[in-house]
Amino acid sequence: MRQLLEIPISELAERVRQGEVTAEAVATASLEAIANRSSLNAFVHESHESVLDAARSIDKRRARGEPLGKLAGVPVAIKDAICTLDFPTTCGSRILCRATKSKSQGWRSPFDATVVERLRVQDALIMGKTNMDEFAMGSSTETSAYGPTLNPWDPSRIPGGSSGGSAVAVAARITPVSLGSDTGGSIRQPAGLCGVVGVRPSYGRVSRYGLVAFGSSLEQIGPFANDTRSAARVLNVIAGHDCHDSTTAVNSIPNFEGACDRGVAGIRLGIPEEYFGEGLDSDVRSQVNEAISALEDAGCELKKVHLPHTAYGVATYYIVATAEASSNLARFDGVRFGLRVECPGSDLKELYGATRDAGFGREVKRRILLGTYVLSAGYYDAYYKKAQQVRTLIRRDFEQAFNEVDAIVAPISPTLPFALGQHVNDPLAMYLSDVYTLPCNLAGLCGISVPARPTSATSERPSLPVGLQILGRPFDEETLFTVASAWEKLCGGFPAPSVAP
Amino acid sequence: MSITRENILNIAKLAQLRLESDEVAGLQSDLASILEHIEKLGELDTSGIQPTAHLVVDAAPMRMDVVVPGLSNESALAEAPRPREGGFAVPAFVDEG
Repeated sequence: MRQLLEIPISELAERVRQGEVTAEAVATASLEAIANRSSLNAFVHESHESVLDAARSIDKRRARGEPLGKLAGVPVAIKDAICTLDFPTTCGSRILCRATKSKSQGWRSPFDATVVERLRVQDALIMGKTNMDEFAMGSSTETSAYGPTLNPWDPSRIPGGSSGGSAVAVAARITPVSLGSDTGGSIRQPAGLCGVVGVRPSYGRVSRYGLVAFGSSLEQIGPFANDTRSAARVLNVIAGHDCHDSTTAVNSIPNFEGACDRGVAGIRLGIPEEYFGEGLDSDVRSQVNEAISALEDAGCELKKVHLPHTAYGVATYYIVATAEASSNLARFDGVRFGLRVECPGSDLKELYGATRDAGFGREVKRRILLGTYVLSAGYYDAYYKKAQQVRTLIRRDFEQAFNEVDAIVAPISPTLPFALGQHVNDPLAMYLSDVYTLPCNLAGLCGISVPARPTSATSERPSLPVGLQILGRPFDEETLFTVASAWEKLCGGFPAPSVAP
Repeated sequence: MSITRENILNIAKLAQLRLESDEVAGLQSDLASILEHIEKLGELDTSGIQPTAHLVVDAAPMRMDVVVPGLSNESALAEAPRPREGGFAVPAFVDEG
């Protein structure tokens, strides 16, 4: 049954619809994989009962002759920042865990996020919640209150972040697809570092209703998968206007799966020299260049483009994102949900302060402080307004580039997955590792990360994945899927980790 | 621009964040190095550049003006650490003004 988790989801759903395999059997295989791979720490909330109940109800409906959805019996893992009725939602944080008499209990949302509701309508199986950097603040899944998630290619290395658990669930073949959120690269970067496909949709493509807010002007929910077409199918299910999120676009939703079958001849790919400069690891450079050359041989036209404000992306992002976070995270105060820390006789402000001190980890405190600082009187113009103006310049860079090319190709991360603990005490070094992913979010573009060929194993390290990033114009995910799928065919499919736990 | 211990304590107060005394020095040095990097934006002349406050999404359509049920009192309070008499209990407070 294990191999059911390794086939494209269109095929898996078809087998369930035809009754060749039951949803219950698929759910059981995925639950076993969760248990067998628990050392990777990809999941933080799981439940056998709710998953098996959902699977049996799908099987019963099939037996009665009712039609099943596009994701019939497909196991999906959900990032712990996305609200679900049947699992706790804790954002990898202590502040969303309430102490009860016997144990700590994660917050339960009274509603499903729109994306989760849409998955259920198509008969997907919601398998559980995946580990993440606390409130999605991090690039390595090390700031989680549940401890780090390990990279299945080499468990001494980070899986990337913040959606590290969702990337690992897919890379380790625990679930064939999963959902993450991308505020500054949190889908694309872990996808690249774990050797899977990860899609960051255009801002406004997917509803954020039920996504615990971090940087509201930057973030989108998107899928992880082991092949491009499966990611396209999930995006087709979750995309579209939602009356609960007024920032969702009313654009019609193209057939993303269909875009995977188009040819690439004549597609103009931009190569931004700023993404291939100093600081780029030589192995990453050579694997990414190999994929780009293969696309050129397949008929893509390569063209140099300039994104001159790239070097200002990190500074701009860490002002805009922390400012938004400091405001969004004000709601965690010990009153309505989650942790509450109070001493007899403490007043309301002491309740807030003590709860937030005990509930938030260091990275979250750091960002709340930075965000509060850049918004505070006397600094607003120098920092926040300035960053918003540079954000405009970064957007213009892309607008100009997209006058000349249809998509931009670049690395995802300047380095191979780094060792656990390597950047934990140096936040700026961690932030700088996001240099290639942040501009996409600032400009509201769509982006995809697909595996380039992994590096060869050496005496010092096993084979490691490298991600190829493709960026597109807002609402042109189709081109991303066309180019990504062409590369997938050229390289003969994306390999599983060689060091499976 | 250097950031002082006083600055950190003042922002923490604004952010309703009590800090342990042994945390302050570490956060001060973290913020100092991040702010030093952020100063890089000063290199750019942004006079006359419109700020991007949010990304333009095609006109947000009006929703239908129909009554939809909200959360029930019970489910709104289900996760409250201290519900009382149909509401959220908080310690007594007085206006500092």
